[in-house]
Amino acid sequence: MTFFFEVLIGGLLSGVLYALVALGFVLIFKASGVFNFAQGAMVFFAALTFVGFTEVLPGWTGLEEGGSAVFWLAFVLALGAMIVLGIATEKVVLRPLVNQPPITLFMATIGLTFLVEGIAQGLWGAAVRGLSLGIEDEPVMWILDRFEMIISKFDVIAAAVALVLFVLLAALFQYTKVGRALRAVADDHQAALSVGIPLKHIWAIVWGVAGFVALVAGLIWGARNGVQFALTFTALKALPVLILGGFTSVPGAILGGLIIGASEKLGEVYIGPYMGGGIDSWFPYMLALLFLLVRPEGLFGEKHIDRV
Amino acid sequence: MFYREAGQFKASYREDQQIFPIRQDRIGIVAAIVFFFLVVPLIANQYWLQAILTPVLIFSLAALGLNILTGYAGQLSLGSAAFMAVGAFGTYNFMLRMDGIPFLVALVLGGLCAAVVGILFGLPSLRIKGFYLAVATLAAQFFIVWVLVKFGWFSNHSTSGVITAQHVEILGYTFDSPLSKYLLTLAVVVVFALLAKNMVRSATGRKWMAVRDMDVAAEVIGIRLMGTKLQAFAISSFYCGVAGALYAYMYLGTVEPEGFNLDLSFKILFMIIIGGVGSILGSFIGAAFIVLLPVFLNVAMHTSLGEFIPANIAANLELIIFGGMIVFFLIVEPHGLARLWQIAKEKLRIWPFPH
Repeated sequence: MTFFFEVLIGGLLSGVLYALVALGFVLIFKASGVFNFAQGAMVFFAALTFVGFTEVLPGWTGLEEGGSAVFWLAFVLALGAMIVLGIATEKVVLRPLVNQPPITLFMATIGLTFLVEGIAQGLWGAAVRGLSLGIEDEPVMWILDRFEMIISKFDVIAAAVALVLFVLLAALFQYTKVGRALRAVADDHQAALSVGIPLKHIWAIVWGVAGFVALVAGLIWGARNGVQFALTFTALKALPVLILGGFTSVPGAILGGLIIGASEKLGEVYIGPYMGGGIDSWFPYMLALLFLLVRPEGLFGEKHIDRV
Repeated sequence: MFYREAGQFKASYREDQQIFPIRQDRIGIVAAIVFFFLVVPLIANQYWLQAILTPVLIFSLAALGLNILTGYAGQLSLGSAAFMAVGAFGTYNFMLRMDGIPFLVALVLGGLCAAVVGILFGLPSLRIKGFYLAVATLAAQFFIVWVLVKFGWFSNHSTSGVITAQHVEILGYTFDSPLSKYLLTLAVVVVFALLAKNMVRSATGRKWMAVRDMDVAAEVIGIRLMGTKLQAFAISSFYCGVAGALYAYMYLGTVEPEGFNLDLSFKILFMIIIGGVGSILGSFIGAAFIVLLPVFLNVAMHTSLGEFIPANIAANLELIIFGGMIVFFLIVEPHGLARLWQIAKEKLRIWPFPH
């Protein structure tokens, strides 16, 4: 039983990370109706930019290598880069494609994926790099003593960071003027425009926020698995989370992430051996697919009513 | 001027409904077919036949399959490569396990396997729409590749599922040389392209388009959604399956399941987007574009700029240019290259007196 909970909690914690990537998708889909396939590439770009800055900054500024000053400066610079990237994407790629069918926008973001990956590797090189956030990847002793479960300290802190981020975003959406405008745009572009919400600014803000989320996701994933090209595949992991939770729902992304993370690990441990292992590549998709057959709009997605 | 249809009167329904109603189109199509069957073998060298023309044709067929599903029936799919894999491995197993089976029969049977699998993974489309469906088709993509790697039976227990295509022999003639492979591929592709062209202008195609434009309305006027969608999935997967088998037998010779990955699916999707969604001609133009672009970039990198750009940056530059081109094309002509051809045709019709 302890083993079951260990697997379950490990799954839930990695689910938080899936949710983090899925969140970037949801933010952009909600506000502009674009299915942003480039989110994974943005995560990669963010992590690579951050690592790149931590490597070059000591040389430029004379700051102590690995110190917290370098960390925060690199964080701010990477955040700046992500915001610039997000806004540039919105202006250069998506603005000219306004009113095109969703599939065209989707394809544009796939093109963007190649572009961003190419730029990231062109700027910083394609080598796999380590990323240290100064958190040890060791079991939490307290839990090990009390419940005899191995829960990584890193995972717990990562989950806590993600949680703080979720709360911050929820507060932003719920209580600020910008958040209200964001929700209005998500509900209905034209109505939002007609009451005087500056659509262009809102879209720029959304892309900026998505860039920020990508940076946080990139740092955590990068510290976990190293900053490498495979980071872009996290986007693929986030897709079943999205269909499970619904494309337009932030709570859906979180809950979907937890469900996918937990069931993926449990499936791998308990069902995998019967099927020869390695089922985690498709298990989340199948799960999400079965779920969709029951609820086609996802957990919290908006129900579509078609009118002829 | 070139497309003036004045004087071409349709005196019967038969004439009115023919596949290419304008004489110039008929002449053009026949000329193109003659060119590719007779002239190309004379002028093209081994490299062109093997590395460019054959893959372009094969990818055109796959793009045609996806175009039927996405362009005509409106069901977005990201799993076309997996259906290609089913076709390739199906044909391989028929060739392997049924002694003396003719290649073309095995090819069609392999395509039918893909069609059956396509119907299975098309079932969710009855309830799921749009991007939800697109993501759901990813399940097909990952699941099929996993099955082919995991269960050795499909690849006759070779390591990591690699299959080597058997020799193809039709009526005692062995298809070994690049030229013979090219001609066989061309023949198959021409037959299937004409079939597709006919399908999309018949009641079948009109049903698909009705479902694409609005499925509820289509249901109201009496089109059975389930049958229509599954039919589109079946036929699309059949085309992809045949393309996959050709990919294995006529182009690569040795394939592994991992070769039919998500990247290939995306490539095929790019082809129809750049060529033109909902256009038979677009599938061909798109395939040619996507196959030729990396070749062209490669040549450009290595000849003119090669001395200035180190190899690792050149690889990234290729990625950047490829991505940039796709974005650029979508912005400039969202309806694809086939639309440009249509515009050109309109212009030619009234040239040189546009008013």
